[in-house]
Amino acid sequence: MLRYTLRRLLGAIPTVLLVIVLAFIMVRAAPGGPFDAERALSPDVEANIARYYNLDESLPRQFFRYLGGVLQGDLGPSYRYRDTTVSELIADHLPVSMMIGGMAMLLAIIVGVALGIMAALNRTAITDRVVMGFAMLGISVPVFVLAPVFMLFLSVKLQWLPAGWSSTPGPSKYVLPVISLALPQIAYIARLSRASLIDVLSSDFIRTARAQGLSQGSIVRYHALKPAMLPVLSYMGPAIAVILTGSVVIEEIFGIPGVGQFFVRGALNRDYTLVLGIVIFYAVLIVLLNLIVDLLYGLIDPRIRARR
Amino acid sequence: MKTAIARAFAHRTVLVSASLLAIVAVFAFLGPVLSPNDYAETDFDELRAAPTLSDLHIFGTDNLGRDQFVRTMLGIQVTLAVAFIASFVSLVIGVLYGAVAGLVGGRVDAVMMRFVDTLYALPFIFFVILLMVAFDRNFLLVFVAIGAINWLDMARIVRGQTLSLKEREFIDAARLGGVSLPGIIWRHIAPNLVGIVIVYVTLTIPQAILMESFLSFLGLGIQEPRTSLGSLVENGVGQIESASWLLLIPAGLLALILMCFNFLGDGLRDLFDSRSSA
Repeated sequence: MLRYTLRRLLGAIPTVLLVIVLAFIMVRAAPGGPFDAERALSPDVEANIARYYNLDESLPRQFFRYLGGVLQGDLGPSYRYRDTTVSELIADHLPVSMMIGGMAMLLAIIVGVALGIMAALNRTAITDRVVMGFAMLGISVPVFVLAPVFMLFLSVKLQWLPAGWSSTPGPSKYVLPVISLALPQIAYIARLSRASLIDVLSSDFIRTARAQGLSQGSIVRYHALKPAMLPVLSYMGPAIAVILTGSVVIEEIFGIPGVGQFFVRGALNRDYTLVLGIVIFYAVLIVLLNLIVDLLYGLIDPRIRARR
Repeated sequence: MKTAIARAFAHRTVLVSASLLAIVAVFAFLGPVLSPNDYAETDFDELRAAPTLSDLHIFGTDNLGRDQFVRTMLGIQVTLAVAFIASFVSLVIGVLYGAVAGLVGGRVDAVMMRFVDTLYALPFIFFVILLMVAFDRNFLLVFVAIGAINWLDMARIVRGQTLSLKEREFIDAARLGGVSLPGIIWRHIAPNLVGIVIVYVTLTIPQAILMESFLSFLGLGIQEPRTSLGSLVENGVGQIESASWLLLIPAGLLALILMCFNFLGDGLRDLFDSRSSA
């Protein structure tokens, strides 16, 4: 397990480096500097600004300075929000994003797996159709369509749930964002766990268990469930990325002051460093979470560890 | 080829989703021509008019008094155009990359595929946003950027198919018969890739649509006065309390188009990709 962990850890490093290099090059490949859009400045002022942000150095030097900062958790200053650094902005607004994303993920796993098991154990034409149809709906309808439609019916028309964020005290404001974010994942996980459980239930060792007289309930609980959940576990990596992407629009729609909202604002304001910093932060987060999923997978499934 | 088309028509999901898409496309391209209204013309006497037959505002008007029907149809046009062009870009990159990896094989293949694996772990949509910021929301860039990030699946599929084709007897036979390498690629390998490539392009299209509408929704994709389904949904969210049709109609159409492409792709895969049906 130690060797497996080390190998995975080493594998993640080039990915993170690639992210930083790609993101940095993309921003620097752009025509014009970050302050070109503002009023024409005198050359002296421009030179001062360039010196302040180290833009007068050669590109490789700038890159290594940036890389050095990133490795120490410093993503540089924001070009638009004066007096704060990108790292501070992320740290301030991360908790609410984590809260919503985490709750959505948890909800998606619990409900998705439960639905999948139910569908796999009651295999009639109707449940099959309902689950598959619902799953296709959930996969096809984007979060930014789902969330406003929920908002229209549940908060504007029926007034059951609040739509605003800052004007609502209590936890009811979490309901709509979390459900909108989780629903597509519920659909996908339900489909995945249904297919996987059906597959496992038709394998030889289940037939043996059945032949020994075990009840359906204990077969599922003690023998089928663990192997059937492996594909769900390996889907966690992509799911994290999708939820992170979705949280950007969810925060925008519901006016939640999370990292995603700052990301969009930064993108619209052409706050290069903020956008660059958040992209790197998101990418590193996804790579790290993927690493954790991989390690969990290795912990549960010994075949993975043994494979080179 | 004839039997393939016949089989596709016999498949109900494929038939229904393809017909729905055809209807939507015909409306999208004919509607603006037939409608007396213009997509950018504002009528300040009729702000947020509900869907009505007068003046043929059958989808109503938006918050600036512009005809929502024409705007929606133009939005669909842009959405479909982005989807097809972006898918074409990803098709070219994916097929070339995958075919080279598959044909050359060995260490080159291993390195190329390792690179693809690494790219898989990256949150690409954020890189596209970064590009849009850096290049100031360039219209053409939307097309290319989305295409440039959607080629990974295609590369994998084509590589796998090429690798297995390469080992088949008829390729050996052709080689023994003295057919040159380009001849083998062009006459024997390429035709066998066409089917699977078409299937996976169909599955790339909804992904491209999703990305484009996501960007446009955030205001980072298609810019005013041009519009796309994503920008229309975004505008609808702003009018949610006073004019819900501005949200519901584009949202519904976007969902319909995405579902049709997904069902179409799934159906075609069932029909023509024997490996995945297991």
